[in-house]
Amino acid sequence: MSPRETAPQADFFRGVWRENPVLIQMLGLCPALAVTNTVENSLWMGLATFFVLTGSSFIVSLIKKLIPGEVRIPTFILIIATFVTVADMSLEAIVPTVHKQLGAFVALIVVNCMILSRQEAFAAKRPLGRSLLDAFGTGLGFIVALVMMGAIREVLGNGTLMGFSLFGPNFEPWVIFILPPGGFLTLGFWLLLLNWFQKWRTERAKVRAWPEGVGAPPERKAA
Amino acid sequence: MTAPRLLITASPHLSEPDSTPKIMWHVVLSLLPVVGASIYFFGPSAVLVITAATAGALVTEWIFGTRGSLLDGSAMITGILLGLVLPAGIPLWMAFVGGVFGIGFGKLIFGGLGQNIFNPALLGRAFLQAAFPVAMTTWPVIRENWWQLRGDNLALPLMSPKEVDVLTEATPLGLMKFEQTGTDLWRLTLGATGGSLGETAGVLILLCGGYLAIRNYLNWRIPASIFLTVAVFSVLLHLIDAARYPDALFMLFSGGLMLGAVYMATDMVTSPVTNLGCWVFGFGIGFLVVVIRLWGGLAEGVMYAILLMNALVPFINRATQPRAFGAEQPKAKQTT
Repeated sequence: MSPRETAPQADFFRGVWRENPVLIQMLGLCPALAVTNTVENSLWMGLATFFVLTGSSFIVSLIKKLIPGEVRIPTFILIIATFVTVADMSLEAIVPTVHKQLGAFVALIVVNCMILSRQEAFAAKRPLGRSLLDAFGTGLGFIVALVMMGAIREVLGNGTLMGFSLFGPNFEPWVIFILPPGGFLTLGFWLLLLNWFQKWRTERAKVRAWPEGVGAPPERKAA
Repeated sequence: MTAPRLLITASPHLSEPDSTPKIMWHVVLSLLPVVGASIYFFGPSAVLVITAATAGALVTEWIFGTRGSLLDGSAMITGILLGLVLPAGIPLWMAFVGGVFGIGFGKLIFGGLGQNIFNPALLGRAFLQAAFPVAMTTWPVIRENWWQLRGDNLALPLMSPKEVDVLTEATPLGLMKFEQTGTDLWRLTLGATGGSLGETAGVLILLCGGYLAIRNYLNWRIPASIFLTVAVFSVLLHLIDAARYPDALFMLFSGGLMLGAVYMATDMVTSPVTNLGCWVFGFGIGFLVVVIRLWGGLAEGVMYAILLMNALVPFINRATQPRAFGAEQPKAKQTT
């Protein structure tokens, strides 16, 4: 199957929003639920994943002709693991406190299905430039999604945003948003909001595209 | 125009006089004595907390519900019930958040009345319990200056309650669990103990529930089987080790068991549809309540027991589905 022809900018922007890895494809949910209790953690987690994704897409796309089809998955994992080790050590050197909070989840980037899916579905089939663009877009989408979750959880669960206090010292933290259930709630909340928006947009487009003289457009259903 | 000799209409020919709004508003009416008792025991704080929880529920239903769903009374019930299971000293904004969460995430997200899996009022309380554990377990004592607020009810939204000079007291279950002291049975049955707003007046709740059961607005098998299970288990355990396990009457009248069994577990949407299923459902709740209370880390387990059994209701319904009259046994093994 030959890959579809797409514009270079489409390869980039697809991953950021329309096929956002977390919010649309629902991939890589494990870190998205586990380490997004503050914006800072989310940001560093996103950056580490971004680095691993870009690096492994680069290498995989470079040597895709050399990888035998039967062992491509172990090869991908090996390449990803190399970059994860680099990311893990760099995080420990740059931000030791964050690294401590992220704990095992940095090492678990190896098995992040989002990264593997980009290698399998894209980098192993496309030229180098396109693969890099796709990795940039998808990685950026991952950061955006994680920060969106981290923002809600940090504001409600801690009363701060990026460490700055928003409500003063009297704030009553909503403990649940720091805990794992808060992660599920927040993810569900964002999915609800985005699906709602998407539905509203398609219905509006349907009403606008209704041809003249074929009766009235369908009533929009009450929400 | 003369009356027709023969009136021919399409089925159904027998119509039920009860409608959803009628039943719901009857339940609201039957809750009023319980609300009255909570006001008697906890003063103006009770009015404020119940109003705030109800306002949260109603506003959410009004904004996100389908048109007219506000008038069927179900959001009203959720709000009042949520208010009744909150402690008296809780800040009003927390009660409001609980109402919003209960209706929004407990009911409307599933598609409104009749679609929800979990009891919305209990879901609201479970959320508050997880979000604000300290405020949800501060129990003010009841005998005091009646007019005084029982805590910092009027804390600003998102702000934590200030330390108010109000005596607090552990609930009878908390006393039993952490200090091994019992509570006088008279105080328990009449409700003069610490606890959530509406859960203390056990006898009154039973009477109101009896009214609903007589009108067939709740299935009496559910509370009956819950009480029976709790009683049997606690009598047995009390016989084994009287020093460690409290007697059956204490187990029945302490904590939220009465309110939970009569008003929460019998919610028509989240309880089984078959009578046999109701027995199973009630047995499960009673068993979980005893297990959580006596061996769990929490003092009270009625809320989680009911929510857990709510999750099993579809399976109970399937397992207890009656065979249609004249139908043959399904031949599941046969493969042709």
